[in-house]
Amino acid sequence: MNAGTKFAIGAVLIVGSVGYLMASGVKQTGQYFLTPSELSQKIALDPSFYNVGMKVGAHVVPGSVTRDLAARTLRFQVTDGSARYAVLYRGLPPDTFTDSVEVVVEGRLQKDGIIYATNVLAKCGSRYEAVPKA
Amino acid sequence: MTVLGGLCLWIAFLVGIWGALAGFVGGRQGRRDLEQSARHAVFAMCVALWVAVAALEWALFQHDFNVEYVASYTSRNLPIFYTWSALYAGQKGSLLFWASVLSLFGSLAMVLTSRRHRALLPYVAGVVCTVATFFISVMLFGQANPFHRLAYTPLDGSGLNPQLQNPGMVFHPPMLYLGYISITIPFAFAMAALLSKRLDVDWLVAIRKWTLLSWLFLSVGICLGMWWAYVELGWGGYWAWDPVENASLLPWLTMTAFLHSVMVQEKRGMLKKWNLALIIGSWLLSIFGTFITRSGVISSVHSFTQSNVGYFFLFFLIAAATASFTVYGRRLPLLAAETKLESMVSREASFLFNNLLFVGIAFSVLWGTLFPILSELVQGTKVTVGPPFFNQVNIPLGLALLGLTGIGPLIAWRRASLPNLQRQFAVPVTVGVFTALVLLVGGMRDFYALMAIALGAFVAATVVQEFARGTRARHRQYDEPYALALGRLLGRNRRRYGGYIVHTGMVILFIAFAGMAFKTETEATLRPGESTVLKSPYGWTYTFTHLGVSQYDALNRQVTAATLEIARDGKRLGVLTTEKRQHVDGLGRPTFQPSTEVGIRSDLREDLYVVLAGLVNGTEQAVFRFTINPLVWWVWYGGMIVALGGLIVMWPGGTPAVKRTQAGYAVRLVGEGQA
Repeated sequence: MNAGTKFAIGAVLIVGSVGYLMASGVKQTGQYFLTPSELSQKIALDPSFYNVGMKVGAHVVPGSVTRDLAARTLRFQVTDGSARYAVLYRGLPPDTFTDSVEVVVEGRLQKDGIIYATNVLAKCGSRYEAVPKA
Repeated sequence: MTVLGGLCLWIAFLVGIWGALAGFVGGRQGRRDLEQSARHAVFAMCVALWVAVAALEWALFQHDFNVEYVASYTSRNLPIFYTWSALYAGQKGSLLFWASVLSLFGSLAMVLTSRRHRALLPYVAGVVCTVATFFISVMLFGQANPFHRLAYTPLDGSGLNPQLQNPGMVFHPPMLYLGYISITIPFAFAMAALLSKRLDVDWLVAIRKWTLLSWLFLSVGICLGMWWAYVELGWGGYWAWDPVENASLLPWLTMTAFLHSVMVQEKRGMLKKWNLALIIGSWLLSIFGTFITRSGVISSVHSFTQSNVGYFFLFFLIAAATASFTVYGRRLPLLAAETKLESMVSREASFLFNNLLFVGIAFSVLWGTLFPILSELVQGTKVTVGPPFFNQVNIPLGLALLGLTGIGPLIAWRRASLPNLQRQFAVPVTVGVFTALVLLVGGMRDFYALMAIALGAFVAATVVQEFARGTRARHRQYDEPYALALGRLLGRNRRRYGGYIVHTGMVILFIAFAGMAFKTETEATLRPGESTVLKSPYGWTYTFTHLGVSQYDALNRQVTAATLEIARDGKRLGVLTTEKRQHVDGLGRPTFQPSTEVGIRSDLREDLYVVLAGLVNGTEQAVFRFTINPLVWWVWYGGMIVALGGLIVMWPGGTPAVKRTQAGYAVRLVGEGQA
């Protein structure tokens, strides 16, 4: 067997393991990224969708935020205009979290209709620019 | 001054178009006059753009808030140090900065390139002008003119985002930009080589320093970015696999692959197609990075202003990719390898595997970054992958790469013999295995962390062995004292031993990354006098006692600071302060959301990282997050060692001209440049 063939075998092994790692990585760690209305559609079609880890991207409903800083819990609602979900998050929200930002909520929707969040990312389009003056 | 700035942009734009035309046509027809003209066009564009930069800085310092850009990113109470950095705080200024630096690099390439490579220069001028003109046209036609004036003059500007008011942020963006931008020069030389059909080893020599330079800027930029994220964002880590971070890592990976595979081309005349593809790919990835950060197609915590500027970049990316790969495809017949791979156990082969791993990592990072878009296209539903995906894929690949870092440099070119392998690997392999055993006995059970440290020890041993052998040989041969012998060894073989220093830095970084596997965290709500405990991975118990809160006004912010006393196993270590800052405008009204100033106590073993989340109902009862991050100090110092090694490799002189190896390791002379 010449060196070229041996190298080809090595190369196939590397490329194969990269491919395998990527495929298994996506399978094991991939999460749906849904809007609230997509989530309500999924739930209507398939009730097993409760308690599945996912990300929900939506706007925080203004005025819906209740913070209990001492207990480190945060309750708020998210919406995309049509569907609306309540979120319960135990932990410290990022500095940029206010009641008027877009958020990505990572967590699970439970049968009680509340999304129990494990992580909240505030994504504010004007992050590096000033808050527009009212 | 803004009139002057705007005028300069137009001049640069027109000159750029001319330079591109003159460069390509002149190069093709071999017309000296057009070639000269293209060269001068690069210089003229450079002058015009830097006058524009000066005009914008003038407006910034004059607080000319009638200029939209000045009003958007500065205010009267912004410290001067941050006022000038507002040049690249926003998109429009960044575009100007980008084009100006590119024209400067282009001019330097015109001046510094030696006569031997003259024939390439018209094309280089053409490519530089084309790319710079694209950036200028985005400013002029993409509603991104930094000199745009408002219909009214605000009394004060909006100020700079507090998270950008950090020394790390003053240097991190320009470093990354310099890295991204300077890739254009090697790319321009590669295109020039393809277009002029001068595809011998020559063009590679002409760009070696440029590729190193841009690699160095990218490395430093990425490290500064990690540092900024760590001290400023307060989530407790330095790398989150965010799309914008990934965008900076992608060209770094392909550039690093190139820096290795280029040696195979120099020594053995192989991999020509691969190397050209890597350079073109690196450059396209740098444009791609700009596209995804600026367009908002992928959601990222960075979320720069979303605008249609992204689509200019998408169009440019597609056009540039098509054009460059068309030229590449037409020249493929000229890129045949001069020699063949002789043995699997050779340096060539180990470099080939190293390249496959780098490109594999780059591909997986690209795939993971684009996965939300790809899955939506294919399945109709967005699926995202986060840090677990990137870690799961890249930790094993990274460890394999780390292993090769030790193996590659010690194997002979062409074909290694068994005695050669024994001589080179006996000690390092023993050191690696011994380290693994010590860690196992010491109770470490995290497989990846253990592998990282053991492989790191193996690589470090190979480096020490190389330095020791080289020094001893010089000591014997020239009768130099050891210190002098070591200095000369490094000085006379900068590429090889500088490379080893870079590898040492990488080893340190890998071990530091492994430390994060043992991170611990807790949150607590404390009244003054109350305390909480956290166990460190080394087995110590830290006690954090809340001492109290103070509030005061600083230049442009109101500060709420909480002070904590830290004790380790009952022994007092000192106090730590962590702040929440509310930035205000000139009239004391709040601007921006509050920002966190993390309290960090750093030593060689671990960092204590304390975030003040807020006060409960305005009392002194405060909410904290305490994190212990092992080995973070080593990330910054590993990064510095990498940069130092890169500088040594780049330092002018001391490196002999390209030499082809003859019969492998047998003729290797002491002190001869090999790496």
